[in-house]
Amino acid sequence: MKKLLSGNEAFALGAYHAGVMVAAAYPGTPSTEILESIARFDEVYAEWSTNEKVAMELGMGAAYAGVRALVSMKQVGLNVASDPFMAASITGINGGLVVIVADDPGVFSTQNEQDTRHYARLAKVPMFEPSDSQEAYELMAVAFEISEQFDTPVLVRSSTRISHSKSVVETNRTRMAPAKPPNFKHDVEKYVMLPVHVRLRRPVVEERLVKLTTYTETFPYNQIIRGERRLGVVSSGVAYQYAREAFPKASFLKLGMTYPLPQNLLREFAAQVDRLIVIEELDPFLEENIRAMGIKVTGKEFIPRIGELNTTIVEEAGYRAGLLAGPSHKKAAPPQGLPGRPPVLCAGCPHAGIFFVLNTIGQRSKLLDARGKSEKQGKLIITGDIGCYTLATYPPLRAMDTTACMGAGIGQALGMEKAGVEGKVVAVIGDSTFLHSGITGVVDAVYNKSGVTIIIVDNGTTAMTGHQEHPGTGVSAKGKKTEAVELEKLVRGIGVEDVKVVNAFDMKALRTAVRSSLDNTELSVIIVRGTCSVRLRKRAGYRVIDIDKCDDCEACLKIGCPAIQKLDEQVCIDATLCAGDACTICEQLCPKKAIGPLTSIGESK
Amino acid sequence: MKKQDLLMVGVGGQGIVLASDILSEVALAAGYDVKKTDTLGMAQRGGSVVSHVRIADKVWSPLIKEGEVDILVAFEKLEAARWSYYLRKGGAAIVNNQTTPPLSVSLGTHRYPGDKEINDALKQLAGHIYFIDGTSQAKELGDIRALNMIMLGCVSSLLPIDVKIWENCISQRLSSNILKMNMVAFDKGREEMSSAGIR
Repeated sequence: MKKLLSGNEAFALGAYHAGVMVAAAYPGTPSTEILESIARFDEVYAEWSTNEKVAMELGMGAAYAGVRALVSMKQVGLNVASDPFMAASITGINGGLVVIVADDPGVFSTQNEQDTRHYARLAKVPMFEPSDSQEAYELMAVAFEISEQFDTPVLVRSSTRISHSKSVVETNRTRMAPAKPPNFKHDVEKYVMLPVHVRLRRPVVEERLVKLTTYTETFPYNQIIRGERRLGVVSSGVAYQYAREAFPKASFLKLGMTYPLPQNLLREFAAQVDRLIVIEELDPFLEENIRAMGIKVTGKEFIPRIGELNTTIVEEAGYRAGLLAGPSHKKAAPPQGLPGRPPVLCAGCPHAGIFFVLNTIGQRSKLLDARGKSEKQGKLIITGDIGCYTLATYPPLRAMDTTACMGAGIGQALGMEKAGVEGKVVAVIGDSTFLHSGITGVVDAVYNKSGVTIIIVDNGTTAMTGHQEHPGTGVSAKGKKTEAVELEKLVRGIGVEDVKVVNAFDMKALRTAVRSSLDNTELSVIIVRGTCSVRLRKRAGYRVIDIDKCDDCEACLKIGCPAIQKLDEQVCIDATLCAGDACTICEQLCPKKAIGPLTSIGESK
Repeated sequence: MKKQDLLMVGVGGQGIVLASDILSEVALAAGYDVKKTDTLGMAQRGGSVVSHVRIADKVWSPLIKEGEVDILVAFEKLEAARWSYYLRKGGAAIVNNQTTPPLSVSLGTHRYPGDKEINDALKQLAGHIYFIDGTSQAKELGDIRALNMIMLGCVSSLLPIDVKIWENCISQRLSSNILKMNMVAFDKGREEMSSAGIR
């Protein structure tokens, strides 16, 4: 049957048909939908884990117990999970363990642009790179097979354009029955990594790599496509699609398995063509490995190593390299001078109020220049974290000074404090991010007698990746009711004395809480709680502006609410966007009392 | 049918991803190869959204090349201008008459382009431009979210695919309680285009 599936849906269906029993992930663009899709199958245990490290450890445990397990994450997730990932390589597995990692070339939604393929080499594990949804689907079965055959975790590298593209998939299989029931066989030399056992396992890992190098020579997804002799292109993943479109006549060696590489096949292909190039996204991973075999090859000389590729970029590289004649006609230039439309906090966002307060207390609109810089240190330093709230960096809120990686803001705040900066350091972190990797920062703060203020912005969901559940929501990945970890109990349990819980839409309460925490020289935590506006079931009482009372002071525009718009000299509120009664931040801030629900504004007239 | 590359653009929250999903399913049901991909920023709502849909006998890249778009489907006017350079010479643009100022415009640091500028940007390459009052029509239908079905109705008028296939695919994707209103919206889009002389 032919279906249109995204790469992520195809991964999930492929793993399901391959008999996977356990799946674990932490949400992260562009990998999130893999776990979401697999959670819909009743036969599979699927969970949102606290973070990628726990997800990986869960996958290891399930695989040790003899069942097939799938772990998925975005590329920076593997940084978090790299410790157990490296360990899984040396112990090997029992049931198949497949790890899907989705890269984000072009950085649509990540804090860096790393190339996951280096991890395959580091961990000495086999790696697959599907180039469309059909291969994403088919390679899952193969990945589980070789994982078990070679006793190794298998890394599957996806990317935004594989995970988030839909293409046609022939899904002719059904779910394969799990090969064996769960059965953990005690084997301390394999599973207990004492140095003496590691020394036993090291040669096993090296031998495994040698065997895989032989295996990949005849791997059916490494394929030579004969074209003209003049040009041979080695490519993998979505880059293959761009290359195929840009060089329709060339010969291709399309690699489905990109670690370890098939040396003989590469030599054979190189001998068949006059000129050999590699077209790959991000780092010259294939190129350098092929060159190390003594094969003459180019690639990154012409193909950018930064950002996402596309057919146009590959063609332009072809012109520069003299591989393509042209261009035949000049391209139209993008129109100049249009205002951008960067991502913003939504109308009714529960993060807007607290950042408005931090902005005003820190006088940040005056402090920072247009590029967000200042030579002089302000009253407040605000260390930030990963989530929707990172968008509060932009004008008009401009209330974030750092963002590095999940949970980093708390540790950074402690570092700044211990370095001796003047004034108070505030760390802001979301609920899901806090549970992912903020807890240990609070433990450190309590233990090392910190006086920073930690603000947990709790919108009750993992919002930026599309509203996934987390340990604080009380709902599982399968949509079932479960225990909820209560944030206030958690931080009090760690030993924080000054813990306040504030309504995210009560501006006065927010200001009072922040002032009181800033005055406290000891460690304080403020939990700012409010429902994510995208999840509001009912919207009622949208706000309007009474233009007779409005004196155009623009105070409401300083919230950065996309419903509050100014076109043609008059501020107005877009009724289709406004969250209404659930928010009312603009109404509370309006010095002229010109904002209210339609009824009250109507009555006052 | 020759290849058809469609670029659907607008603002997060306008239902573009669902619309391009349905369009792709229609193309598959009509027997074509199809690939689609969405480019979203990190926001849930309010950022720029771009969806590429490629329909042909065989599709390689999921991303359309600049200068190759056959039909630009813009849910918002500024986004129409922004992506106009993706059109091939003589391509068609369907533009919803909606103005959603980005924050920088509301804050007074940038200016929203005038209708003439938007039209001029489109005219450089477009062979046909259709301005549609989709937002006001969706409001008349009682649900602003029906805009995407109005836009799909417009698109359907420009593609040689049986309307029954469209209706089938839409009914498979939408829940029954909202289906009727959305089918009305789809027909409104078709009417809008036929009054502009397209069939």
